[in-house]
Amino acid sequence: MRALGNWLSQVAAVTRFALATLPQRKGASAAAMLGIAGVVLVLVFVLSIATGILRTMERSAARENAIVLRTGATSEMMSGLSGEQADLVAEAPGVARGEKGPLASAELFVIIDLPKRTTGTDANVPLRGVVTTTFEVHPAVRVVEGRMFRWGLAEVVVGVGAAREFQGLDLGATLDVGEARWTVVGLFEAAGGVAESEIWADAAVLQAAYNRGDSYQAVYATLTSPEAFGEFRDALTADPRLNVKVQRQTEYYAEQSALLTGIITGLGTIVAGLMGLGAVFGALNTMYSAVSARTREIATLRALGFSSGPVVLSVLIESMLLAAAGGLAGGGLAYLLFDGFRTATINWSSFSQITFAFTVTPGLLVQGLVWALVMGLIGGLPPAIRAARLPIAAALREG
Amino acid sequence: MKFAPLVWANLRRKKLRTLLTILSILVAFVLYGYLSAIRVAFNQGVEFAGLDRLVVRHKVSLIQPLPESYKARMEAVDGVELVALATWFGGVYQRPTNFFAQMPVEPEPFLEMFPEYRLSPEERRAWAETRTGAIVGEKLASRFGWEIGDRIPLQASIWPNKDGSDTWEFDIVGIYEGAEKGTDTTQFFFRHDYFHESRGVGSGLVGWYWLRVADPDRSAQIAARIDGMFANSSAETKTEPENAFIQGFANQVGNVGAILTGILAAVFFTILLVAGNTMAQAVRERTAELAALKAIGFTARGVLGLVLGESLLLAATGGALGLSLAWWLISRGDPTNGALPFFFFPADDLLLGVALVLFVGLAAGILPALQAGRLAIADALRR
Repeated sequence: MRALGNWLSQVAAVTRFALATLPQRKGASAAAMLGIAGVVLVLVFVLSIATGILRTMERSAARENAIVLRTGATSEMMSGLSGEQADLVAEAPGVARGEKGPLASAELFVIIDLPKRTTGTDANVPLRGVVTTTFEVHPAVRVVEGRMFRWGLAEVVVGVGAAREFQGLDLGATLDVGEARWTVVGLFEAAGGVAESEIWADAAVLQAAYNRGDSYQAVYATLTSPEAFGEFRDALTADPRLNVKVQRQTEYYAEQSALLTGIITGLGTIVAGLMGLGAVFGALNTMYSAVSARTREIATLRALGFSSGPVVLSVLIESMLLAAAGGLAGGGLAYLLFDGFRTATINWSSFSQITFAFTVTPGLLVQGLVWALVMGLIGGLPPAIRAARLPIAAALREG
Repeated sequence: MKFAPLVWANLRRKKLRTLLTILSILVAFVLYGYLSAIRVAFNQGVEFAGLDRLVVRHKVSLIQPLPESYKARMEAVDGVELVALATWFGGVYQRPTNFFAQMPVEPEPFLEMFPEYRLSPEERRAWAETRTGAIVGEKLASRFGWEIGDRIPLQASIWPNKDGSDTWEFDIVGIYEGAEKGTDTTQFFFRHDYFHESRGVGSGLVGWYWLRVADPDRSAQIAARIDGMFANSSAETKTEPENAFIQGFANQVGNVGAILTGILAAVFFTILLVAGNTMAQAVRERTAELAALKAIGFTARGVLGLVLGESLLLAATGGALGLSLAWWLISRGDPTNGALPFFFFPADDLLLGVALVLFVGLAAGILPALQAGRLAIADALRR
């Protein structure tokens, strides 16, 4: 016990000594710190894009909702279901019932070209045809400006994300789509979900405008409970009149975002990893010169009876403190600069635009800090070992 | 030049420090090269678009089909040399992550439209004779290990077969090569007549058209003429040059260019700090020596040159190694293992890289060099 106490007080003494001389090496230390801050900044920035997209998708999905598509279709865009098939889905076991009947929403999904405000070039904006039950199946959707469209008329309501990112979606604007001219009558929010990137219209009017007859692309259904999913899926896949694939909405959205977030996370990690390597070289340089600047001091301490453990630890602590400061600075800067920044990108899985906000979560900041500490550890360890191995007599004579 | 040994000796004094600095510069230029290739990938080959090619698509959206009958009407337009049609097939090979583009086309006008897709005369003949024949790019063929004669099944996601099944089978009759480094060889083309006869829905409709015009200067005029021709019909068109079409497509992703530039700026800022710090340290440690050099007759400019030379040599070594390593890594293929149609290190970016190497060398060395040049001999020697 006494030995441990002595050892710890040695560590404290040597570390205090090291930190006290830090101002003499402020240029080199600041360089190492800023290098690590740069890595963490880039890492948190890139991951905040992926997190923002994931958040948007997650917010859209209710646990008790299921989505039904034609077999083989990998997204709503590619799917197709007839009106009768949609009715069969609505009558399936497990579907919850509301005042107007089963909570099943047959929807149409097309994309239209609208110029992006930032580039002025066309982007694939999703246009969804909805039915009266849609608003019960997706209860988060509510009109916040203007009014709801009137059923049977060529009117649309626009998600706030879409209105912000694309031209020609202001209240009162008109759109020529299919064989109809549509008027924008309202803006809606969907609790930050993916619907906010979309334009919504009456499915019946949209069917007519696109000569689609009585057909839809997807049916969303609210089930009596998340556990009812198995029964619902089995009933539909066993029905010989249907040729459909049934997924939980959460699974569907996870699948839809997997490609996009996978690419972003993969690229971001490669870039930050390489940058991190560069920053570790910088940190090594700094810590080696810190040790060499303190050669005499360390040798004196060793001659006085300090053991090599505390010397190693003091160098490590110094380098990790610098790294932590860099990590905090990088993460903090990323938070200040990017958190909440709104933009849109194309989701290749659905071939349509999704609007989202960069999201810097506490988890990301912790991840950045962990990266910084690992860099500090790698950058500090070899110089620390060198410090411990200094031949005392030779080192005392030096300098 | 006669002082080169002196510069060399200085760099060798602290071998570890020199090595670490070179390595950090190396890493920066590997990243630079890699990010250049990623930018190319996101631009989707806009610089390789044919200047005499136009794309005609549905005005509302690319996913809306156009009538096949438009072909003959467009061929009759003055200034249009050639019309080729295509449709997005969107099939899945084994699993969705094996993504690549598949399109039914009419072999003859298509191959004439895209002379950059090179096929041997035998392969051309085979394609003309095989109804289920398909040609694939060499990158795609090597990604899945396909050879001529292989039978490839694709699962339809948009176009079910007439018989109700989702499976389409194709026979590979040719593997095309790209005429240029930037030619897309990740695509899969098959015959429109086979597609037309076997699809269960959408008969008489195609996805889009490519046009070749005799005089690219008249593109805008011809585009307006064609869009006017189909105005107020149930399928209005939007006609634009191929490069504008691709640029618009690339822009859908968002401002990737700005993001990559931002990241690169962060990388270089970091590296400059590291290299600049090393140089400053090297000069500080040698104050007395530099003063001695000046005392024996070196001019201020001579000392400045020595220090700058050292920093330039560091940057050049790290930069050259880094750029070469980036070149090698990129030529070995993209991180998705062949799914990106465009992934290479553009010559322009390589030149810019060399300029950046010089910039890093100068910027890192300039402050310490000036400091060294201004050393007052008496003061420095007394320290």
